[in-house]
Amino acid sequence: MLNIRSIDPAALDLAKKADRDGIETVWDRYEKQQPQCGFGSLGLCCRHCIQGPCRIDPFGKGPDKGICGATADVIVARNLLRQVAAGAAAHVDHAYEAVEALKLAAEGKIDYPIADLNKLKAIATGLGIETENKEPNELALEVVQVAYEDMGNHQKQPMKWVSAHAPKQRLEVWESLGILPRNPDREIREAMHQTTMGMDADPVNLILATAKQGLVDGYAGLKLATDMQDILFGTPAPVVTEANLGVLKEDYVNLIVHGHVPLLSEKIVQWAKTLSPEAEAVGAKGVQVAGICCTGNEVLMRQGVPLATNYLAQELAIVTGAVDTMVVDVQCIMPSLGQIASCYHTELITTMPIVKIPGATHIPFTLEHADEAAQEIVRKAIAAYAKRDPNKVHIPDYRAKIMAGFSVEAIVGALSKLDADQPLKPLVDNIVNGNIVGVVATVGCNNVKVAQDIFHVEMVKELLKNNVLVVATGCSAHALAKAGMMNSEGAEKYAGESLKAVLTAIGEAAGLGAPLPPVLHMGSCVDNSRIGDLVTALAGYLGVDTAALPVAASAPEPQHEKALSIGTWAVTMGFTTHLGVVPPVLGSKQVSELLTAGLTDVIGGKFYVETDPQTAAHGLIEDIRKKRQALGLDQ
Amino acid sequence: MKQLLIRSESCVGCKSCELACAVAHSQSKQLFAAIFERELPHKRVFVETDGVVNMPLQCRQCSDTPCVHACMAGAMRVDPATGLVQVKSEKCVGCWMCVMVCPFGVISQGSSRQVVKCDRCQELDYEPACVSACPTKAIQFVEVDGFASGTRKSWMNQLKEVSHHA
Repeated sequence: MLNIRSIDPAALDLAKKADRDGIETVWDRYEKQQPQCGFGSLGLCCRHCIQGPCRIDPFGKGPDKGICGATADVIVARNLLRQVAAGAAAHVDHAYEAVEALKLAAEGKIDYPIADLNKLKAIATGLGIETENKEPNELALEVVQVAYEDMGNHQKQPMKWVSAHAPKQRLEVWESLGILPRNPDREIREAMHQTTMGMDADPVNLILATAKQGLVDGYAGLKLATDMQDILFGTPAPVVTEANLGVLKEDYVNLIVHGHVPLLSEKIVQWAKTLSPEAEAVGAKGVQVAGICCTGNEVLMRQGVPLATNYLAQELAIVTGAVDTMVVDVQCIMPSLGQIASCYHTELITTMPIVKIPGATHIPFTLEHADEAAQEIVRKAIAAYAKRDPNKVHIPDYRAKIMAGFSVEAIVGALSKLDADQPLKPLVDNIVNGNIVGVVATVGCNNVKVAQDIFHVEMVKELLKNNVLVVATGCSAHALAKAGMMNSEGAEKYAGESLKAVLTAIGEAAGLGAPLPPVLHMGSCVDNSRIGDLVTALAGYLGVDTAALPVAASAPEPQHEKALSIGTWAVTMGFTTHLGVVPPVLGSKQVSELLTAGLTDVIGGKFYVETDPQTAAHGLIEDIRKKRQALGLDQ
Repeated sequence: MKQLLIRSESCVGCKSCELACAVAHSQSKQLFAAIFERELPHKRVFVETDGVVNMPLQCRQCSDTPCVHACMAGAMRVDPATGLVQVKSEKCVGCWMCVMVCPFGVISQGSSRQVVKCDRCQELDYEPACVSACPTKAIQFVEVDGFASGTRKSWMNQLKEVSHHA
């Protein structure tokens, strides 16, 4: 049971209002679920065939096999593979829509311009496509062709998006393990098949299949989605704005975009500006767009739209009574939003054919009619503003200044002010001399089992104090943004002396007149690919395997199956990957051992489960120090 | 005095009580740690079924105490402070007499040559773990009269429904 629900003062304030307003939130429902099923918590329940459900007694007195004969090891491994495949499916589906959008845009069939020709050329070059003397649309279609061939690859060779982008040393490791993905849909289908009744009964084989799903996620999901979105909407560059629910404005129409895909939210940002006069006509000063979850991160990174809040406080945004419309696309959208919106004037709008919520207004989003849908949504928000009940409005006055937009291109851009010829050199030199001990990427969700944001914030404080540079994405980035760790003052307050000196030098050279933030916001959850690109570039510069770099990953408060698939990808990249919440695998000693130790020998990376933020920070630092020693950086 | 009473019609057979019972009798008292203890803890509640009725069974604390009478070692005895039948494990010699005389079969073998049975979660200040673990409230720790009055009320409601539909 939790002592506190959150460490975010805005969330705490609104949680009290929710209690007063009689609104049931995620924390109430969590309490009603206590105690949670031990078999499920350990991964020891199998519902794959209808001879079951079966469960294994972890204390050894009851059944030690399912009806079919599956052991605890098999059941746990199969459950994990299905979860990771589900996470990968979410990201690949996201990426597929982005590819489709680029194709239609290049064909001139939809009103989306191709915003970033440099990125298009860089991706095309990486794929071995000749770029000279080609029109952007022609080049885009050739890039799309490669992506579509990956999606429909009927041959045995691996996906091009993997072989063209992954580090050479990694490709060799993955090939030797037989886990190079051929076609994301085929691999996900195979995982579903492999885990049905009467299939794979070898836990090791199942865990290798899980690692393959990690690669599907990393390259056919994250990397492909980010590449397409950058080409369409532009590669992020540093932007300054604010984070937390205090960004909502009492005298503006407040429109929240929530979900994960920028295809619609980009249009909404654009139409919110265009239709501002209509908002003024009903007495508002304009339309304030703010974001929740990764749709929020996407429009923050490229358009400087402020962040409203992260996953666990999505319901509380509506409890402000000041949200006129919340529009959602896909993933991490609590089904409870429909019911909560009905207690206020908020219009909840669903837009995707696979996400409908009873009580919400459904405005179908299609690429062909994106502008019409976006206009209709903005106009609904303006109409809802008139229905706002001032007696129910309470906007907590909390917001933190943040600098975001740190794509790899933006980071390299800032570093090139120090060394134009070898922009990665200043970063590498400072890692080598120990001013920066290493880099930790904090990613992923909030999880109601942890007080909101506490693990992200407490662990990162400890890392920064010990001169570890932190890069963040997803709801982790939201948490650290709200906590004031994504601005120059954050560097003064939280960074250790040598890290602060480096951040100051780069900040001054880049013309900020102040240090860089100690935590760099690299984007949404699919933008974890940016972290992958950065470490791939660093490893390439140094001529070493990514597994050798003093770099680690952490999902401090993981909740979603996507966090498991991203984490699995990070492990395949050779990183020690921390999880702050115990995943449902402890029921199998063999699987737990493989994930946290056994895999390291063959793949380089491993999962590291630790539920205390301080201990986790020091565990990660110790891991980084071992890698530094192996590289000969420390004695 | 509160008793462990069962509404068998609510039991879905999930065995959450069995897990919680084992955890409550572990060293760590935490699931994720208990499954790794060198000596695995023993559950003292057993979900039985005849295919129609599911029933979590544990020591019923009968007043004629056949297990106490059968125990020649003085291990099975009535705790004067609580009136509950408890096992003094250091005295148990593993003759299994109590196992043979228990009409419910709820005394079982522990790690060594000793018996274990429900102790009403003595170490948890007599807050039985099976009760808090039961997701459908099939296992209740309540006064007998309160339980019976609940049954009467639901019987009356059933009557009302029957006459309503008649």
